[in-house]
Amino acid sequence: MSRLLLALLLTISAFPATAEPPSRDMELSLAKSLQAVRENRLDLALNEVDSLLKVNPNFKLAQLVKGDLLMARAKPISDFGAAPNAPRDRVQDLREEANARLQRVQQQQPIAVPKYLWQLSPKQRYAVVVDTSKSTLYLYENVKGEPRYVADFYISVGKKGADKSTEGDQKTPLGVYFVNEYLNKNKLTDFYGSGAYPLSYPNEWDKRLGRDGHGIWLHGTPSDTYSRPPLASNGCVVLSNDDLTHLGSHLQVGITPVIITKQIDWSDEADRGERDSLLQAIEQWRSDWASRDTEAYLAHYAEDFSTGSMKLAAFAQQKRLVNSGKTWIKVKVANLSVFPYPNQPDLVVVNFEQDYDSNNLSNHMNKRQYWMKKDGRWKIVYEGAA
Amino acid sequence: MNQINKFSLIAALCAFLSISSAARADDIQDANKLFKQGLHAQALEKVNGVLATKPKDAQARFLKGLIVTEQGDTANAIKIFTELTDDYPELPEPYNNLAVLYASQGQYEKAKVALEMAIRTHPSYATAHENLGDIYAKMASQAYDRALQLDKSNTGTQTKLAMIRDLFGSNGKNARTKPTVPTLADNAQAASAPAAAVTAPVIVATSTKKAEPTSDPAAEVLQATQAWAAAWSAKDSKKYLSLYAKEFKTPDGLSRSAWEAQRKERIAKPSSIRVEVRDTKIRVADDKHVNIAFKQSYRASHLSSTSSKALEWVKVDGQWLITEERSGN
Repeated sequence: MSRLLLALLLTISAFPATAEPPSRDMELSLAKSLQAVRENRLDLALNEVDSLLKVNPNFKLAQLVKGDLLMARAKPISDFGAAPNAPRDRVQDLREEANARLQRVQQQQPIAVPKYLWQLSPKQRYAVVVDTSKSTLYLYENVKGEPRYVADFYISVGKKGADKSTEGDQKTPLGVYFVNEYLNKNKLTDFYGSGAYPLSYPNEWDKRLGRDGHGIWLHGTPSDTYSRPPLASNGCVVLSNDDLTHLGSHLQVGITPVIITKQIDWSDEADRGERDSLLQAIEQWRSDWASRDTEAYLAHYAEDFSTGSMKLAAFAQQKRLVNSGKTWIKVKVANLSVFPYPNQPDLVVVNFEQDYDSNNLSNHMNKRQYWMKKDGRWKIVYEGAA
Repeated sequence: MNQINKFSLIAALCAFLSISSAARADDIQDANKLFKQGLHAQALEKVNGVLATKPKDAQARFLKGLIVTEQGDTANAIKIFTELTDDYPELPEPYNNLAVLYASQGQYEKAKVALEMAIRTHPSYATAHENLGDIYAKMASQAYDRALQLDKSNTGTQTKLAMIRDLFGSNGKNARTKPTVPTLADNAQAASAPAAAVTAPVIVATSTKKAEPTSDPAAEVLQATQAWAAAWSAKDSKKYLSLYAKEFKTPDGLSRSAWEAQRKERIAKPSSIRVEVRDTKIRVADDKHVNIAFKQSYRASHLSSTSSKALEWVKVDGQWLITEERSGN
């Protein structure tokens, strides 16, 4: 037992202290128990796991550890999950959860900012970044435009991992999404736990790449299950019910971004330079449009641009026609947010409120653009209403 | 509910210590006999009679606890054994039986605590250790069920909790001294029975038809067992210990040397010991492996007891040696 858990355990250093999600104590307590096993202090390990199970008897991984610790008293055991006739796949699932949770406890609280949060709009009070490889969801607060780490949560993702491409592939999509809706538990079966937040998968980029499927949610766990293994869902991101409720209090439907990545990248100097160049390009696009220099304006759109079924040529033709009738144009961009796309270099999702005013037409809309850097220049590859 | 209340019975008669008058001791003996015969109502009546005049009497209460357990009145049995643990916290048996009762109700945590108390009072108390092992296994399987959502049909560990039937009976607790312990009252039985009994082994299976007594493993083991009892009675711990095989399973996970030291001490301590073997039952597994079960009557200067015992013998280089010794089940 202790040797096997030893293999699971890496050195546990300082436990970071921060604004704790409800699950944090559970996880620390579990880690402490496993640590005690490693040190061969089995009584301490059992006490620890017992006290956490008093709070949460549905923590299956903790039950398994408890089972092992008790069984070790009755007879020598040689394996993690020494239950007689145990289904090996479920034991393996729990072993992976133990691994994931131990790594989470071990890792330092992030001091850097994920590179996916180049700019938050003032309306976006929080942002969510999911790292599927770390079974972790990070919550950031928007403090005067700067993302600041608030908390992180253990999560489960799709049975087959990440990078969803087709319906039923049991994978979690990677990309920039938004919380679309809130479903409270009364509208749901017990399976989804304390509530659900459907995400905007498939987004414009997914559709462009022909990815399909639907119903990717953030949701809770069944009432008899505290947490699920790291790879457990059909693509959803699953949190423990307490965590979902806690996280939910920070989410804004239609506003909060949820960026899902396979492995988080952190913002750095070069990254901030890139951001500045994109912000300049956006401003140039706005002013070229307002100046009615249609060719300069259209030069911001990429060869492979599309909006819905419309390609660049048709779009350009229409814009030329429309702009020829204008004597003046004013374009205001407000509440801008900018999110680099995970696992897709040089692609950025840009959202803003567009205030368009002209001699013959006024229009206010939420616009979304996908900008891509091509040959050193930022260009728009998609544009549409958000 | 669960399988845990399959008490494995300790078949031995209680060797009750007479603390007070012989009359009361007789009543208890009678009640115990009635109980052993399955006449629970009569046994209870007898015991209640004793308790009417001596409500605090430990053995009467203990026996009453056993009787009501057999009658299925678990709640009352728990009450009786709990009160015994309150009044005699130094006795492990009431704790053990309390644990068995709790376990039968699925209250493993309480059972565990009770067994831990039994072991705290008597660290070498084998029955409690064994029961505790079973409780841990049972609790483990509960945890596994919760962890893995195992089918209810998967009963997992088999348990074999032993309820102590005999307040002062089983071997291995001989070192325990009670301040007010005179010798056994029931001397008529103890004096006459053993000599007759050892001569009548019940030999089962293959050996019954064998003609040559010298190559009969059953006869050899009977002889070896008598030699073992004789060595013990002679307080010859060297000879006694020489009858235990190298691979002998020491109780409670003791090291061989610790166990030997313990045995030596217990053999040396009483000024006299008399061990008798009767009602032997021999099972011959093969020419080299024989099990013998018997009733052991142990009488020492400070304590007397009768318990059931089983010895596993193995023949190594023409010599029969003990590989396992079990008491009380």
